[in-house]
This record gives sequence, structure tokens and C-alpha cells, in this order.
Amino acid sequence: MNAHATHTAEQFDDAAQQRDAATLGMWAFLSTEVLFFGVLFAAYTVCRVLWPDAFASASRHTDLTLGGIETAVLLTSSFTVALAVRDVQLGGRRLAAALLCGTAVLGLAFLAIHGLEYYDDYKAAVIPGIRYEEVGGLAAQERLFFFLYYVTTGFHGLHVGIGVVLLLIMAVRTHRAEFGPEYHTPLETSALYWHLVDIVWIFVFPLYYQVGRA
Amino acid sequence: MLPAEHAAPSYLTDGNTLRSWLVTHDHKRIAILYAVSITFFFFLGGIAAALIRLELATPAGDVMSADTYNKTFTFHGVVMVWFFLIPSIPTTLGNFLLPLMIGARDVAFPRLNLFSWYLYMAGGIFTVACLLLGGVDTGWTFYTPFSTMFSNSNVMLTVVGVFIVGFSSILTGLNFIVTIHTMRTTGMTWFRLPLFVWSMYGVSLVMLLATPVLAMTLALIAAERLLGVGIFDPALGGDPLLFQHFFWFYSHPAVYIMVLPAMGVVSELITAGVRRRIFGYRFMVYSIIGIAVIGFLVWGHHMFVAGQSMYASIVFSILSFIIAVPSAIKVFNWTATLYKGDIAFGAPMIYALGFVGLFMLGGLTGLFLAATALDVNLTDTYFVVAHFHYIMVGGSVMAYLGGIHFWWPKITGRMFSEAWARFAAILMFLGFNLTFFPQFLAGAEGMPRRYHQYPAEYGLLNVLSSAGAVLLAASYLLPIGYFLWSLRFGERAGNDPWGAEGLEWTTSSPPPTHNFEEPPVVTEGPYAYTHP
Amino acid sequence: MTFLPEASGFAPRIDGLFYAMLGLSALVVVAVFTTMLVFAIRFRRGRNVDRSGESHRDLGIELTWTLIPFALFVGIFVWSIRLWIDMRTPPGDATTIHVVGKQWMWEFEHPDGQREIDTLHLATGQPVRLVMISQDVIHDVSIPAFRVKQDVLPGRYTQMWFTPTRPGTYDLFCAEYCGTDHSRMGGVAVVQTPPEHARWLASHAGGSLAEQGRALFTRYGCAGCHDAGSSVHAPRLDGLYGSTVPLADGRQVLADERYLHDAITLPGSEVAAGYAPVMPSYKDRIDEADILALVAYLKVRGTDRETPHASR
Repeated sequence: MNAHATHTAEQFDDAAQQRDAATLGMWAFLSTEVLFFGVLFAAYTVCRVLWPDAFASASRHTDLTLGGIETAVLLTSSFTVALAVRDVQLGGRRLAAALLCGTAVLGLAFLAIHGLEYYDDYKAAVIPGIRYEEVGGLAAQERLFFFLYYVTTGFHGLHVGIGVVLLLIMAVRTHRAEFGPEYHTPLETSALYWHLVDIVWIFVFPLYYQVGRA
Repeated sequence: MLPAEHAAPSYLTDGNTLRSWLVTHDHKRIAILYAVSITFFFFLGGIAAALIRLELATPAGDVMSADTYNKTFTFHGVVMVWFFLIPSIPTTLGNFLLPLMIGARDVAFPRLNLFSWYLYMAGGIFTVACLLLGGVDTGWTFYTPFSTMFSNSNVMLTVVGVFIVGFSSILTGLNFIVTIHTMRTTGMTWFRLPLFVWSMYGVSLVMLLATPVLAMTLALIAAERLLGVGIFDPALGGDPLLFQHFFWFYSHPAVYIMVLPAMGVVSELITAGVRRRIFGYRFMVYSIIGIAVIGFLVWGHHMFVAGQSMYASIVFSILSFIIAVPSAIKVFNWTATLYKGDIAFGAPMIYALGFVGLFMLGGLTGLFLAATALDVNLTDTYFVVAHFHYIMVGGSVMAYLGGIHFWWPKITGRMFSEAWARFAAILMFLGFNLTFFPQFLAGAEGMPRRYHQYPAEYGLLNVLSSAGAVLLAASYLLPIGYFLWSLRFGERAGNDPWGAEGLEWTTSSPPPTHNFEEPPVVTEGPYAYTHP
Repeated sequence: MTFLPEASGFAPRIDGLFYAMLGLSALVVVAVFTTMLVFAIRFRRGRNVDRSGESHRDLGIELTWTLIPFALFVGIFVWSIRLWIDMRTPPGDATTIHVVGKQWMWEFEHPDGQREIDTLHLATGQPVRLVMISQDVIHDVSIPAFRVKQDVLPGRYTQMWFTPTRPGTYDLFCAEYCGTDHSRMGGVAVVQTPPEHARWLASHAGGSLAEQGRALFTRYGCAGCHDAGSSVHAPRLDGLYGSTVPLADGRQVLADERYLHDAITLPGSEVAAGYAPVMPSYKDRIDEADILALVAYLKVRGTDRETPHASR
């Protein structure tokens, strides 16, 4: 058996089988996630078709600058995690661990900036159920927009949070030299997950921030 | 008893403490954990069913109040659908047999498998607690805006419980898909897989891709109740039909989660009872996949009178007819498998033939409901109730029990009383028909479902139905008795007491923890029965 | 159907399809069961018969029992769809009766203003279109003797139509689960001969729906903005019904019943071009029955049918 035989769980014949299983498992999980968020995007589409004006005007409450920074942060983090995986594949360790920590920090930065946005929303009183003081003919329909905005970004934020924890664990394991060119499946699947988090945001950003801004 | 030195300990004796069961990673032990739990939930749901039939024995609402009745049928629906029918065959027989049938040591992710069981139990206990403490009166369908704005019952916590159970289902599906893709033993090609494995593959796809839609929809309901916002509530600018679309996008495929595994089980039972290859193996495989895929495209047939557009209804109607074709293929192939067989009528075979008959009636009445013009009259009546009970109880539960009988010797290493088992199977078939056939008639005469009291002209049919329920209840209690008896006093089973083909019958009964002494090698297709 | 009468124009046609499918299904069940029984007896274990030969791969047989059911299904589908399209297409001469469902009662409003609760009087031979809306949750009007059923949604009109053909009293159910007294929410449809029905209408005549709406139009203060001479810049409503309204966002909508309803409850959603969105929502201030009356009034406002007696 090879040097990494210890990593092969007893139900598997060999490391290759284990790697196939883990990768396929993560892809399957991502397909579930896509449908999970798909409901929110479908609900968004239906409500926006019903209330185009309300969605356009509510969308102008979102902060395009902060949203843009968040997008940049997440995209960069996807890049750093990809670099980390490549470094491990080439036999690296320290740089990879640092890159993973960097990715986690970017994830935290994303959450912090988003928290700032939520705080601004609180001050502007556009959080349905908590503090909502919109008035005007479209207030009821704008509330639907904010509701979907909070559910969507809330679930996305939860995914970012889980991703950050996952990345930090991977950083520690990388640092302890548990991964090498031969075996780094957990790292690879964690990176896959992180890319999904990123891709979901790529849809959230234009849908919620850029509607009604020509 | 085999001499200890030449046999590995069976999975049942490999650790005897409670802890060894609660932290086990062995797919066979997890299957037992599930079997015990779903039996518990089945009887809980059954008690609710008994109360419903008791109330409906007379036209007046005289046993319980309208609110209690509404909570009772909600309890029955929620528990039976999410805590019994959906997990039933996949988590018990599926967990136990899938690795054995493909010659693997375990599923791909054993820890995840155990975690799924804990999720299931957490969701189950949480939901049942909500349903019992205060109760929920929305029906298992949670239609909005009733569930979001009008019901004063415990909707929010209940949907959270179902949400949790949804993840158990997703993770089981994920585990099975990966297991079937990556863990097949040498020589076990895709077209050498037993049909039960194929059915697990189809059902896993549906679990993986439909359940998240339910989960998020229920999360939205909880959030709407919490925050007082309504994307499903027209009074707040939302659309109640949107909820129905999301709900049925999951819940129609969920019917196939219930019936596809049953089809897989029955294919195994019939081939073993007939000692012959399945007729049209490839068509059976294609129809499983066809049903799983087309199952995603027919949800709108629940909404013909709900206010969806006429054109949408036309499309959903034709698709619903089309999905009946693969089901018809399966019935014909099972029938043709009998030809030139060597047919024995053991209890599993009686269950399997009972399944074919009841499934056929359920399927044919489904066509009535797929025909838009007839659906207008029949939907939301007892015709629908009878139809889906024929599929789910007559179909899935018959197949589940047939499967439990068939693999009981493998699971426990003991034989059960064949005479009692045959008696229970026949009683179940008769009791089932007496319970649910009158409901077809009541529905065709217009009796609406979810009615606490009803016009007197439906009285006779309901008395018949309640009488049948007594027989049906007895036939469900009987197996508990003779199975428990067999655990202690049953004759020991050899590796292959039925003379059946399949890798699971090549290892000992009960199997050792790692299933096979040596990894098996497969050289031919399934059901390679030779003629006597 | 053993005790369910065929009391509408659709009933015999629907029953025809029902019995045709029942016959076909019975044929299939008998054929399959007989085959299974014959095989089960002939090839039961221990019987000495010829079991040789493989028969498990016959493409011809598989295709036969794939394509024949498929063709049958398409046939049934076409039959059913033709009937269904008729059921969804009310004729022009249908009388419109408005229906409001609320937990747990039905309100019916005849075109000349007769209102009834949980009882619906109809005449044989007269096509009827029910225009329905709910005030709370989803309900469903089901009249099994007519073989019709339609969900009644909050916030949106749904409709169904039928022609009663047989005098009598028939059950009317709520068929969509709606809470505690769902099973008590119902009543009867009373079908009368045309002369009887005319007598019934005459003895229950009140002001017509449009007249009631005209009074409400003043009572709710609509006239304050929408009447000619008002100082507020609000759309004129004369002859609005049936016209095409250009909207502020550039779309055009047909001013139908749905539009008029939504313009009262959700005025911000479809603002007429050239007007500021200043009208408040009357969603929780006017109940659905009064909205129906207002809509009935707006349909005739500014036409020669507006004056009460011109229509008689």
C-alpha cells in the first residue's frame, strides 16, 4: 500500500475509490444546494414579475458599493482557495496553509461587510418583521423584496460561515502536513463547496442589487 | 451454531452494548435502528388512522370535535408521509441490502449514514411533540394562506421538524448514489445490478433533487409566520399558487420516492418466487429511470382546479398520462416473468402479487385523475384518498412487508412461521380492499375529503371502510407477534433459505460485519436462475 | 353513479368519459389478472410442465405493450381535453353570479342584486358563470351533481360555468380544506324551472348590484376624487370597463374585472399613465362583497345602462 494508506477508510478498497466517492459526494451535495437556493430564485422571479416597480424601487435601497466590495472579496477568495489547492498538489504546505487562512479571512470580511449592510438597513427600517417602516403605495410589495433579500442573503451568509469554519480546519490540517500531492481530497471538496458559495453570490448580487439601476 | 473459530461474528453479535448500537457505522445495524424507529412511527400514524375511521363510521361528527379531527388527519398525514413512507424501504431494506447486493463492505459514507438516522430521530421526535402538544390543523399539505396567516396551531415548529427530516432524506440519497457509483465489486457492471439497486438509484436521485425544494419552501412558511410577510399570501402581495407549485414539485416526486423502492423489492420477490430471470430487464431499468425523471414534470396535475392556467393543465395532463406508460410496462413484465416459471406461493410471493394487483388499481385510477375533465369532479374527494392509499399502502406497504419477510432470514438468521405469514398477507389484501375500495365509490359520488361530518347518503360506504380498517389493523399487528416469536424460537436459516440468487444470499445469515469473507466477483447478470 | 344525479349539461359528457375509462380499466384488470392466474396455476411449483427456453428478451413484446398503452392514453387525453376546454370556456350568454367565500360560509349575488347565503338558486337551461373570490383562505365550490369544482382564491377571481338541466336540490360543498368548520361550509344548489326561478328572483329583488355599488361609490368617498369636477387629479372612470388602459410603466392592460378589483385593493401596482400613485389601498377597508358591487357599478358607469331603470 502507498504512504497514504492510513487515510483510506475501511469500507474502501483503495485511495482512488475513496477519492472518487468523496468528490462525487460533494458534487451531489452541491446539486442539492443548487435546488435549495433555486426555490428562492424562483420565488424572486415570480414576485418580481408580479411587482416589477416595487422590486425596482426596493432594490435601490441596497448598497451597491458595499455589495460590489463583497462581490470582489468573494471572487478573490475563490481565487486564493484555488491557489491553495494547486500549491498542495505541487507539494507545498506553508503557502497553502497561509492561502487558506487568507481565504477564511476574506470570508469573514464578507460577513462583516454584510453585517454593516444589515445595520444600515436597520437604521433605514427596511427589515420586515423586525423594523419596517416603509410607507407609500408600494410598501407592501417592497416588503416582499426585503423578505426574500433577507432569507436569501441569510442562508447564503450561513453557508459562508460554514465555509469559513471548514477552510480553517483545512488550513490546520494542511499546516500539519496531512495533505500532499497524493492525498488531499478533503481540501479539494472543501474548495468545491467554497466555489459554490461564491457562485450563489454571483446570482444574488445582480438580482438584488442591480435591478432598477440602469 | 457454527463453530466460532471458522466464522467471523455476525453483525448482530459484534458488540452487545447499547452504545455499540448507537455509535455503529455498520449499514446493517443502522438499517435495524431505522426499522425499529419507522415501525414506531407507523403505529403512531396508525393510531391516528384508527381514530379517523372511528369518527367517520357515522355521518355526524360525534366522536371528537372538528378541530381535534382536523389535527388527527394532519397528524396521520405528516407522520405517515415523512416518518414512515418516505424513509420506509430505502432506509431499512435499502441500507441493509444495497452494499450486500453490490458486493461492498459498507456504504460510501458510514458516518454520514448514522448521522442521517440521528437527524431522522431528531426531526421525528420534535415533530411528533409539536403535533401532540397543541397539534397542527393545516393538513399535511400546509396550504397557504391558511398555514401562514390563519391557522392558530403549531405550524412553525412542525415545519422545522419536517425540514430537519428532509436533510436525513437528502443525505441518505446522496450516500446511496455515491455508493452505487463507486462501490460496486469486480464485475458488477451497471446492467448486472439487481433491480432493487436500480430502484434505490432512481429514488436517491429524487430524494437528492426534490427534497431541498420542500425544505426551502417550509423554511419560507416558517419565516412568513415569524416575520408576518407573505410571498405566499395574496393579502400581503404574494401568490398562494406559488406555494402549491413548490410544494407539489417536491410532493409529487415524493410519491415516486415511496413507490419506486416498492417496485424494486417486488422485482426481487417475484424472480425468487418464480425462479426465473425477470422478463425485460433493460425495460425495467429504463422504466425506473423514466419514472424518476418524468416524475419531476407532472406536479401540476394536483392543481387542475386550483386556478392554474388552462394551458399549463393541458401540458401537465399529457405528461401525467405519459408517466403511466413505464408503470404499465413494469406490471406487464412482472406478469410475463411468471410464464414458464417454477412458482411457489410463499408469504413474500403473496405480498408481491398483492402489490401488483393493488398497484395496478391505484395506477389505473390515477389515469382518471390525470384526465383533466374527470379530475374536476374527482379531485379533493375520497376518490383521491382511495387512489393514493392504493399506491402508498396497497403498493408501498405491501412491498415493504413482503421485503421484510423475504430478507428476514438474512437479517436475523431465523425463519418465521410461514403459515401465519401467509394468513397475515391474505388478511392484509382483503382488509385493505374492504377499507379503501368503498372510498373510490364515495369519492365518485362526490364525498369531499377532510370532512369531519358528511351527508348521510355516504354512510354505508364509510361503515364498510371502517370495518375494513379493523381487519387491516389486525393484519399489521400479526407480523409483530410472529416476528418477535421467530427471533427467539425461529428455526435457524441457512445462507440461502429460499434458493434465491443475488450476492446477499452468498454470505452467511446474519452476515458478518464486513459482509463478505472475500470480496465477491460477479460474472453474469442478476437472477441467473437455472431450471430444475 | 348510483345516487348522484346528472343535473348539468356537463354531467352526461363527463360520465360518458368516466364509464369509458372504467370499462377500459376493467378490461385491463381482467386481462392481467386472468393471465397471472393462468400462469400461476399452470407453472406452480411441483407441476410437471415444459419450462424450457428463455423468453426474457423480446423487443417486439416490450414495444407492443409500450406503444399500445401510449396510444390509448393519447386517445383518452384528447377526449378529456376537448371536454375540459369546453368546461373552461363560458358562453357569452351566461348569467354572471358572484360568489364570495369566507370561513365558513358562501355568499351568492345575482346580477339583479338578490343576495343569498349558502343557497344558490338557479334555473334550468340557463348557463351560469360563477365569478368567485375568497375573503380569507382558499375555498372551493364543488357541486357534485353538476360535476364541477373550482378553487376560490383570496385576492384573485376564479370562474367556472355550467348549465343546470334538472330541477332539484343538490349538495354544494367546500372542497378545499379551510379550517375548523370546513365540513360544515356548504349548502345547496336549488335548480328551478325558468318560470319558478323568475318568480323567485322577483320576490327577492333588491336594488341591482350596480345600484348598490353606486351608493357605495359615494359612501366610501370614491366620488370625492373620481367624479368630474373634483379638484384631485384622478382618472375618470366613465366607460372604463373593457377599455385598454396605458400604465405609467409603459404597459397596457385591459380594464376587466380583475383590473378593477386590483385597482381598488392594490392601487399602487398598476398606475394609469399620467396620474400620481396617490390613491390609498382599500384592501382592508372594503370587504369583497362590496368590492363586487363597486366593480358591477364601474362596469356600467358612463354607459346607457347606468341609470337604474334603463336596464329593466
